[in-house]
Amino acid sequence: MIMTFETVLFYFLAAASIASAVMVITRRSPVMSVLFLIVNFFSLAGLYLTLHAQFIAVIQIIVYAGAIMVLFLFVIMLLNLGDEQRLAERISYKKMIAVGLSFAVLMEVLYVVAYSGTEFPTKNLERAVEIGTVEYIGRELFTTFLFPFEITSILLLAAIIGAVVMAKKKID
Amino acid sequence: MNKFNVLDLWYSSPLVTLVVTGLVLLVLEGFRRKSQRMAFGVSAAGIIIAIGLTIVTYGENQPAFNNTFLQGTFGSFFSFVFLAAGLLSLILSREYLERLNIHRTEYYALVIFAIVGMMLMASAIDLVVLFLGVELMSLCLYVLAGFMRTRVTSNESALKYFLLGAFVTGFLLYGIALLYGTTGTTNLVTIGKNFEAYSGNAVFLLGVGMVMMGLSFKIAAAPFHLWAPDVYEGAPTSVTGFMSTAAKAAAFAAFITVFLRTFEFAGTKVSEILAILAAVSMMIGNIAAIAQNNVKRMLAYSSVAHAGYMLTGIAAGNEEGQIGIMFYLAAYVFMNLGAFSIVSLVEGQNDTRLSFDDYSGLSKQQPLLAALMSVFMFSLAGIPPLAGFFGKYYVFLAAVKADLTWLAILGVLTSLISVYYYLRLVVLMYFRDGEAQVAAKPSLGTIVAISLAAFLVLQLGLYPSLVVNIARGGF
Amino acid sequence: MNLIEPLVKVVLILAVMLTLVILLVYSERRISAFIQNRIGPNRVGPKGILQAVADVVKLLMKEDIVPKNANKPIHDLAPMISIGVAMSTFAVIPIGGTMVLLGQSVRLMLADVNIGILYILALTSMGVYGITLAGWSSNSKYSLLGGLRSSAQLISYELSMGLSIVGVLLIAGTLQLDGIVQAQSAYIGGWLPAWNVFLQPVAFVTFVVSAFAETNRLPFDLPEAEPELVGGYHTEYSGLKFGLFMLSEYVNLVVASAIIVTLFLGGYSVPFAEYMNLSAQTVSLIQVLTFCVKTAGVILFFVVIRWTLPRFRYDQLMDLGWKVMLPIALANLVVTGFILAAFS
Repeated sequence: MIMTFETVLFYFLAAASIASAVMVITRRSPVMSVLFLIVNFFSLAGLYLTLHAQFIAVIQIIVYAGAIMVLFLFVIMLLNLGDEQRLAERISYKKMIAVGLSFAVLMEVLYVVAYSGTEFPTKNLERAVEIGTVEYIGRELFTTFLFPFEITSILLLAAIIGAVVMAKKKID
Repeated sequence: MNKFNVLDLWYSSPLVTLVVTGLVLLVLEGFRRKSQRMAFGVSAAGIIIAIGLTIVTYGENQPAFNNTFLQGTFGSFFSFVFLAAGLLSLILSREYLERLNIHRTEYYALVIFAIVGMMLMASAIDLVVLFLGVELMSLCLYVLAGFMRTRVTSNESALKYFLLGAFVTGFLLYGIALLYGTTGTTNLVTIGKNFEAYSGNAVFLLGVGMVMMGLSFKIAAAPFHLWAPDVYEGAPTSVTGFMSTAAKAAAFAAFITVFLRTFEFAGTKVSEILAILAAVSMMIGNIAAIAQNNVKRMLAYSSVAHAGYMLTGIAAGNEEGQIGIMFYLAAYVFMNLGAFSIVSLVEGQNDTRLSFDDYSGLSKQQPLLAALMSVFMFSLAGIPPLAGFFGKYYVFLAAVKADLTWLAILGVLTSLISVYYYLRLVVLMYFRDGEAQVAAKPSLGTIVAISLAAFLVLQLGLYPSLVVNIARGGF
Repeated sequence: MNLIEPLVKVVLILAVMLTLVILLVYSERRISAFIQNRIGPNRVGPKGILQAVADVVKLLMKEDIVPKNANKPIHDLAPMISIGVAMSTFAVIPIGGTMVLLGQSVRLMLADVNIGILYILALTSMGVYGITLAGWSSNSKYSLLGGLRSSAQLISYELSMGLSIVGVLLIAGTLQLDGIVQAQSAYIGGWLPAWNVFLQPVAFVTFVVSAFAETNRLPFDLPEAEPELVGGYHTEYSGLKFGLFMLSEYVNLVVASAIIVTLFLGGYSVPFAEYMNLSAQTVSLIQVLTFCVKTAGVILFFVVIRWTLPRFRYDQLMDLGWKVMLPIALANLVVTGFILAAFS
């Protein structure tokens, strides 16, 4: 009973995330794109929840939906971007090739993942519950993954320098 | 197991030194006016200390930080190359930056952090660290490419590089995710040990393909090279020099780590794909370079071609291939950096004096620079006894040993094409009268640095065993 | 699974909250009148206590006007986001310990999530969207400016708010709100309740200041500064939707006060109650009462502040957030960490 509920939930969230992702790139209005991207993040957070990764789910919402997307929205509203009318031009052969190639890659990925008979590591529920907790993630981040964790901070620092260099109003 | 000891810090001391240097630079920027003048000294000192530490820690083949980082021999070799390239490029870029009015402390900080990223790429034995290294390096390069904010071409360069780079990062990351999904670990040593078990797995191969795509973009191999000409042309020349040498070497270090040191694809379909990538790069790079009239664009296409030559070694998949690439990269870094530094000396304000014709008669005005440029051009063309020749020789030899003779023959043929456009520049400099001039009189330091690069190119050509022996220690 | 218990709780919490809001509106108007030497509402019901009910009825009756070029779906969506987010925050706040009711022991909170604080942070970060989208979809410059101001303000103060919470978390060692309350029921030196306001006074100040900014209350009500922006993000709203915005603002205020009480003022815990030999039933009743009294006290504090302080200028607000509050909160975190490390 619970298993089937989870499966239904999974397919619902998966469908929602794919549908919203498609909406993100097909909307003319940038604000609508942003809103669908937020919906997408929420469905991803839901998927994390079905995997018992509460912490990641909440962080997904706080960081991506709550902070980053607000900034996106902020910038879009500040620039007062209109609808992308000019994008609706005729379809050139280059675009057709690009679409064809992308479709081929998509089909390849789908085929390989679905029909190649690869056995994926199975979902380990008991372990998942343990891994999802804040304590576990915190401990892992500061022991096993300390090095990548520290590098990430350097990465962010470099990104901040970059943003300042690019956006500073006056160059002395 | 999860404890850290001080030794981990010792193994990674060159890296830590650089990070500290970068932080010091940022503090300087915040608290001192005219910090640029000190910045050069601070970053040079930091790099020199890091070089010293790299040499001292050479051979410490001990994985650090929970098997995510291995400085050891392979990493040390590449760290040395990156640091030397970074130091040379900083020396050579200072006057250029002052001339173009973009001499700022952030430039140094970004170069330093880019080197940190590169060293991570070379020393990583974990896909997560590898990925973070790629990102750190790329992020700094995106910004550096657009460092000349007032110039449209520089902005175009940064934007193109960033958008395409971000797109490709998606592939790289997806590939890593698929590898993790099939193997259950991101540790390359563990994956390498169980490689047999995965090598037939379709999802695993899909991941390998994605990673290959992501790294091919970073080394600018065809058909993932389309960003290179525009980005190289638009970025400040000093950045282009750094980007086309150290960054390429770093991407190749990652390529070697994943495809030679972890996976064993020699003789399989995967190495055939790599061989095709190499062949296409050599052809497209060399043929497109002929048609260029802008020296930076020519060098950009030539770097695509060189990526092709080096990929030959990876396609070969044997020890000779790896050593060949390592030698090739060490040589390539110095010759290309030297070439770009002379381009930056000739270049005027606002993207002027970048075409071939601006070099006609350079030998009359600046005999020394013309001579040095000729050395770099001959070496890039692969004319013995310069370093470029032996680089090609080693990788082609490896290809022949791996039964990829057709690839080696193609490499030699395309090298012949390349002689045309490299020598065209030399011919213009020596046998054509023209108005060639340099933008500003180069200082003694610049001349010494360029001469040093030329000397290394000669030295590596005369005594290739110097590097080959060190590279061999990487096994 | 017992579905009745949570349902009852939801209904109860909503009812209590709405009643609180009605009382809050009334008391705010009366207090403001007192401060400004007026009388305030005194006609509807005894002493005017039903004034808010009359207001609600009025809002319900009013015409819902949507500006001509507004984005209708988003214009409708925005107030729903606001009120939905504001209401659901309350789900994780413990208003009492465990109570025995009808032979069943009942936890006096809707959901004991073990990442309670993060849940609250996530929801507050969602609250921005209601305001921002309201501002954007109205297609009016005043609304747009209000929306922009609010998103900038909320993001800026969210940081110092989050950082000041971390100090509390370090002391409590859990993200569970119930655990944080329980950690505060001890005593410092045997007599002073171990409330975080005493243990983390700096964090308390930064948190309260940030809470003012997060709830758009004076002195930080820039998003709806009447003299500059007419009405800010809800200029173009009327009728029920306007009412929803007002309601969510007051609900936010109640929730913010409840969070302050839970995190810093000992939550539902009653100091020295364990020495009085009371029955479990009485204790839990007292706990609920204590919680309500404490929250009401904080709310009154908010109200009094609103009617005494002038509004900040916008750049001052940003300066305060980034250059004062954030460094202080960071420093507090570092100091707390060091002290805890030294004593453990």
